[in-house]
Parts: sequence; structure tokens; C-alpha cells
Amino acid sequence: MAVAELGETVSELRQAYESGRTRSLAWRQAQLRGLLRLLKEQQETAFEALHEDLGKHRAEAYRDEVGLLMKSANVALRQLGKWMTPEKVWVPLVAFPATGQIVPEPLGVILIFACWNVPLGLSLEPLIGAIAAGNAVALKPSELSPCTAKFLAENVGKYMDAAAVKVVQGGPEVGEQLMEHRWDKVLFTGSPRVGRAVMAAASKHLTPVALELGGKCPCIFDMMSSARELQIAVNRIVGAKWSCCAGQACLAIDYLLVEERYLPVLLKVLKSTMKRFFSDADAMARIVNARHFQRLSNLLKDKEVAPSILHGGSMDAENLYIEPTILLNPPLDSAIMTEEIFGPLLPIITLKKIEDSIAFVRTMPKPLALYAFTGDAKLRRRIVEETSSGSVTFNDAVVQYAIDALPFGGVGQSGSGQYHGKYSFEMFSHKKAVMKRGYLIELTLRYPPWNERKIALMRHLYRFDYFGFVLCFLGLRR
Amino acid sequence: MAAEVARELRASFAAGRTRPVEWRAAQLRALVKMIEEKEGDISAALHADLAKPHMESYLHEISLAKASCTFALKGMKSWTKPEKVPAAITTFPSTAQIVSEPLGVVLVISAWNYPFCKSMIHCSIDPVIGAIAAGNAVVLKPSEIAPATSSLFAKLLPEYVDNSCIKVVEGGVEETTALLEQKWDKIFYTGSGTVARVVMAAAAKHLTPVALELGGKCPVIVDSNVDLHVAIKRIAVGKWGCNNGQACIAPDYIITTKAFAPELVDSLKRVIERFYGEDPLQSADLSRIVNSKHFNRLTSLVEDKKVADKIVYGGQTDEKQLKIAPTVLLDVPLDTALMTAEIFGPYLPIITVEKIEESIDFINSKTKPLAAYLFTKNKKLQDDFVANVPAGGMLVNDVALHLANPHLPFGGVGESGMGSYHGKFSFDCFSHKKAVLIRGFGGEATARYPPYTTEKQKILRGLINGSFIALILALLGFPREKR
Repeated sequence: MAVAELGETVSELRQAYESGRTRSLAWRQAQLRGLLRLLKEQQETAFEALHEDLGKHRAEAYRDEVGLLMKSANVALRQLGKWMTPEKVWVPLVAFPATGQIVPEPLGVILIFACWNVPLGLSLEPLIGAIAAGNAVALKPSELSPCTAKFLAENVGKYMDAAAVKVVQGGPEVGEQLMEHRWDKVLFTGSPRVGRAVMAAASKHLTPVALELGGKCPCIFDMMSSARELQIAVNRIVGAKWSCCAGQACLAIDYLLVEERYLPVLLKVLKSTMKRFFSDADAMARIVNARHFQRLSNLLKDKEVAPSILHGGSMDAENLYIEPTILLNPPLDSAIMTEEIFGPLLPIITLKKIEDSIAFVRTMPKPLALYAFTGDAKLRRRIVEETSSGSVTFNDAVVQYAIDALPFGGVGQSGSGQYHGKYSFEMFSHKKAVMKRGYLIELTLRYPPWNERKIALMRHLYRFDYFGFVLCFLGLRR
Repeated sequence: MAAEVARELRASFAAGRTRPVEWRAAQLRALVKMIEEKEGDISAALHADLAKPHMESYLHEISLAKASCTFALKGMKSWTKPEKVPAAITTFPSTAQIVSEPLGVVLVISAWNYPFCKSMIHCSIDPVIGAIAAGNAVVLKPSEIAPATSSLFAKLLPEYVDNSCIKVVEGGVEETTALLEQKWDKIFYTGSGTVARVVMAAAAKHLTPVALELGGKCPVIVDSNVDLHVAIKRIAVGKWGCNNGQACIAPDYIITTKAFAPELVDSLKRVIERFYGEDPLQSADLSRIVNSKHFNRLTSLVEDKKVADKIVYGGQTDEKQLKIAPTVLLDVPLDTALMTAEIFGPYLPIITVEKIEESIDFINSKTKPLAAYLFTKNKKLQDDFVANVPAGGMLVNDVALHLANPHLPFGGVGESGMGSYHGKFSFDCFSHKKAVLIRGFGGEATARYPPYTTEKQKILRGLINGSFIALILALLGFPREKR
């Protein structure tokens, strides 16, 4: 898109917002309903786009994107009235008569950058929040998932208010140009490197940002107490690694930590489960493009790392397919253990005692999610208290994304700002403090000229010592 | 020096010193003790820096700071408790909660090369209180523009609080730049928009989240349907009784109707004289301008004849004492510096419009202010104002008071800032709300996993949509598949 056109798009959005049309409950509901219709009527096309871009199976596409989006839109529709209602707050007696409330208002015009791996979800989930909050929105899907970007560009304007909700296609240059403009908030999902650039650009206009970045999500694996539980745990781990866009997900398990004596048992069940799940090559998504394929292949080809490949490792460059791969104890300073993998490679690190995993995790930057499979309540408590991450999930992985009541977002290097459910609404709102007073009671001691007596009176009042205040006022106490 | 401070604090935080609630409470109690025992010294420092009247020091700084500590002490127990939230049918059975954890090591900068806000101590201490209550280690960089108060902080805090986790770093641009190069887990900055951009850009390098408490031109709409005398008193004390206008939430300008302006000006004159006497420059109740740089900045705002001509009251200055008297101007041309930049001083311009409703459009033509005020008994105007004027916070029929209510979030929006604090909001400002989900092995929904059969997909759909029946089917092990 040309620079001039971009400028026009931004002004149109600003005009749409200034006109006030995005403020009403009716408008917001209409957009959400429009979005629901889009997802219902264009579902097959959406699945095709996701399959074209990522080789994503329709079940995964429904489970991780379309299905969740419909659920979120419905929740927003149901709760919108409540979210928009001002919250009454307590006002101290000294201000009587007075009322206090917190009134949510839209920020204005929002810019959402989506990542390529969950291209529909990462565009539309924040969109739901931004619209629910009454803003005008510009969506910039990733150019690395072009079919989905096109799908969004073609359909969003048809089902929603095209003057106030726009899709901008293009690559990094378009992203940079967009950031030259002033937005009222920017949500960016992607890598920390680009996150820094977005925040730096935003600082010029004092635009607040929310950054959903990645990280190496560790999985602490304590031994399970029965074969049944072990199988279930491994199902969940395999699902959370390879059934999530082939590991190309910010919430996917990046690496596993396990006690060395349990390794053989774990490996046996891992391999058999992987075989069962991925008997059909179709069941796992592709690597998104040649560049990322190359990046992942380099991680494996590193000569310090290659010897640690335990299972899998085969690669098909033409079809952008990498076999689900397990590595055992690659060197901790190798790229595969220092960078976010974002692919179907699972390093397993063995420890003497499972409790050592806490110290291990603390040496790494704070991840978006931390997973732990354990029945030990004491270990659970230690993990929650002694590690920091966007979220912690015990005995499962990735599913926390589906719970609206839980805020989704990172901390430290994994980002700032949270959304989902009502947090999405709040992310794109300003909570305005509003206090109203009357003229009935006047506390003249507020006003100059000031003297010690007035100060003494004030002291009592500020301690909410009304009795003392009255005495002082009557001159019966200093 | 900055790197050493950051390193030491990081080590203290990693060692877990700031985590126990008892430690946090002990620090806050120590702060209360400090404020109580050294009230005289604090007042003296504020007087040295600003000629701040004792009443103002007490009202706006000392008592508010103490109240913040007490509020945090009382609230901390419930704030630090995890919040249980409903999990979903999708993940049944499971329990979900939100746990507040400290961000780590935070930097609080109190207004850099720009005068501090109304409550200087309050502005510095309140974020520190929040950071401590939330379990962080903190560095406070007080404003160098108020040197007596800054060195008082540097001297007093180590005598009362745990110095390995709470530090004061004094200095100007150089020291602040050095601090900004370090990696912090949050930066809280109070000051000007220009410097805020520098702070945010520096924070971006480390992906450090920021809270920016900035200024703006806080408008006051005065309708004719008011109790004028009371309204004017409140406006006057909010303007000149707050560091003589050098406060981020002080009224910057008044908007009223052409018809009402004369009465309003009259009332202002009477009230100013009542408060500050015939020669305000001699009044002990008036603060002075913080330094000569700002004194000159302010006097140059009214140098231009087309501005000076609009002065209807006041205008006296005393360069030696750095004092400027409360000054009212009427219908200053809108393109002058006085009307475009934040005044942060004792000048009060009055803008007139034909109909009072036009004032809302006028305010919205400028950047979003930190606070907006309206004086009227007209309910419709009040509702219109609340619904259509975006601002950090607003007050109807009074000025600045919302600052003192710990149940209201205090902060700006747009050019006036991002992030809010006071009361529990301070605690939240320096916390990460960690989502914690605990699942068992009871409900295993094989429908989640490949190979993805049609049957599985049906159940999956149901589960995601919160269907109870789908849940039952899933729990019962449907679809059955060969092992």
C-alpha cells in the first residue's frame, strides 16, 4: 500500500472515531454479530486459507482459532453491557456529599499487529476487545500468512463497519509506515526484536503499547504416579508441542526438564504417542516458509547439537516439513537452548532432582507460559512462588488460552499487557475517574488564609477522626 | 554508579528479601514513622524549595503520604491473596486463579527537568509505596529541581527502610540517563511529555513497561447555573493553593460564556483578595516559583503586549523572591504560548464562548488533559461532559480532590500519560497478574488430539462452546478409539 493511501486510511479511521459512531452499545454489538456471521459463513474459506498458509488441519484451526474466536465474540456480546457500566467507588465522608465512579471510555483508534502462526486468532481476538471497548481499529496481519491476510482484507469490511474497522496488508515497511502515525494504542504480537522497534516508534507519539512476545516455555516433568496418568500427561505434552502449529506457537512447550532416572520411561511413551498421533503426515502443520525452515534446520545441523538428536530429525525442504524431533541434553549455550525454537524440535534436559528445575528456569528470561506436570503440591507452590512467567499451568499445556477469566499475556521479555475476556475490553479502554460534588457543605478550612487551627482541624479530618474534628471545631481540643 | 545500584537491587530481589508480606509491611510502617517523626524537616525542605506554606505541606503532602501508607498496610493482605476465577467447561476439571507477583526491580523518577507536580512528596512516595507493597525492590530518583527535598529523601530513607532493597539516587540529567540505560522491570515517570518520550524510548531497548504521569492543560468549565462564590473558592484554592499553579492537576484555564464572564471575573477578584490579601506577593500562603528558569518562562508568557493587555487582575512579580501573584486574563488570543502550552504557574486565562455547550468541543480540540473540571448544577451538561470529554480524571463542582481518593485510579490518557496509581492501583501498577491453572487427570478429552476424526471434531466443537453434553461425552471417553 502506498504511503499516501496509508495516511488516508488512518485519517478515515480517526474521522470515523471522532464522529462518535463507535461509542454506542448498538454499534459495538452489531460489529460483534457481524464478526460471528463472518466466522460462521466463511468458515470453510478460513480453513482453506489456514491450510494454504500453514498446512493447518481444520480441527486445529477450529480448536485454536475459529472456535475460540466465536466463543470470545459470544462472551463479549453477553458481557458488554456489564463491562461498559461505570463502577461506583467509595468516597470518604470528608468529601460529603459526593459520588465517585470509574467510567470506561475507548482510547480512540487502535492498531493491531498479528503474527503469522495463529493469523486469524491473533488478529480477531484483540479486535473483539478493541471493538467491545468502542474504538476504531486497524488490523495489520502478517505478510507471512498471505492467504489469511487476504481473507481478512476481503471479509472484515463486508461483515463489519468498513469505515471504522480496516485491514492493512503488507510487509515490514508498511508496519514501519503505520507506526509513523499516532495511535491511541498499539498491540503487537511477535518477536522481542520487532517488539523493541514498535515500542521505540510508539514512544515518539507517547502511544501506549501492549506487547505479546514469545519466550522459551519450559515444561517441568515430574514423574507421574500411574501409567494412565503418564499416558495422559504425554498426550498433553505431545499435543502442546507438535499439535500446535508444529511447535510454532508462543505457548507451545519449548523444552522439557525431567529427572534423569525417569528419562527412559518418558521417552518410551513419548515415542509411541508421537507415532500414534502423527501416523498421518497431514496431522501436523508445516513450517511457515523457507526462511524459518532454514533457521530450524540450522539449529539441528549445529555440530555441537546434532549428536544429541534422539528421535526424528528428518527434513523435507520442498514440502517445508520437519519430522517431530527429540533431542537429549544439547549444550546449554547452543542456539537451540538460548533462542525460542518455534518449531517441532523438543530438547529434553535431564536433572538430578526435579526441584533443580526451578533454579534452571530462573536463569532464563521470563517465558510467556510455564508448564509443570506434577502431583506434588509442595513443588507446585514453589513453582508459583519462585518462578515468574506470563502464566503457569499444571498438568496440561496451552489450554489456559481458552479460559476467558484468565488474563493472557507475558511479563519481562515475554511482553506486557494482558487480554482475553474482559481483559481485552480493559486493554483498549481508559478507566476515567469521575467524582461529583455538591455545594451543600463547604469546608472553609480548606481555604487560605491558613493558620494552625485550620491545620489541626485538617489533621483530624484526614484521620477520619470525625469526633475529634467536631471537638476541635468547637474549640474543645487542639 | 547506576549499574551498581541496579546490580545490588537485583541481587536483593533474587534473594527473595522483598517477597514476604511482613517485610513489605515493615517498610511501610517505617515510612509512616519517618513521616511522623520528621514532619518538621519535611515541611522545612518544602518551604526551602518552594516557599510552600505549612498548611499546603501538611494537606497535600504529609497527610496524603501517610494516608497512602496506611491504606496500603490495611489493603496488602487482601491484595496479595490469589484471586480465584471460574475455569471453563472446556478444561473441566480444573481450578484457575490469578496470583499477583512483583515485577522485580523498579525505577521511580520524580519529574526530571520539569517542575514536580502538586504533591511532590506524594508523587514520589506514592509510587514507592505501591512498589514496596507489591514486593519489588525500588530506586527513587527525586527531582533535582527541588534540591532540599531531594537530599532530605536521600538522607532520611536509608535511616528508616531496608537500604538493600530501597534506594534513593540523586542527580540531574546525567545520573538519570545512566539510570535509564540499566534494565528495570518497570519505570514510573512523572514529568513532561518531552522527557517521557526519552524515557519510553530508553525503556523500549529493554522491553521495560512504563507508567507515565504527565501533564496537560486542565480545563475548568464554569456554567452560569452554579453557586458562584463556592465554585470560585474551590477553583482558586485548586489553582493558587496548590504550589501556586505548579501542579499537574491545577486548573490551567477557565471556559465560560461571554455573558457570564464579567460576574465570574468579579468573583475571582474578590476571592483572591480574600485569600491572599491586597498584596499577594506578601502573603505567607502563596508558594513561590520553583526556580528562576521557570520564573522567566512564566513571565515571558505574558510579555507579548497582546497577552499583557488581557490581564484583568494581578500580574505583579518579584524576581528576587521568585514570586508571581495570582493573575487572571480574559480572552487571550488562542494562538499564543499561554494558550497552547501547559502553563504550570499562577496565570489563569479565561476563554469565552457563546453557549456553554461549545466548551466541550473546545476542550476536545486540544490533547487529552490529566484532569477536566466542570462547575454546574445542570445534570444534562454534567452527563454530556462525562460522556464526551476524554481525560485522565474528572471532577464536577470541585477541583483536584479526586487525587485524595484512593479508590479512584489516578493517571492520564493520550498526551497526559499512561498507567494509573493511588490505592490498590499503585499495587497493581507494580505487579504482574500471573494466571495459574491447575488441572487434574480426571477429564481426558481425546478429542483434542490427532488423528482428527470427524467424530472427534464434533465433540471438540461442543467442548469449546461450553456444551455440557460434549463434556460428558468427552469425560466418558468418547470417541472411543483403538489403542
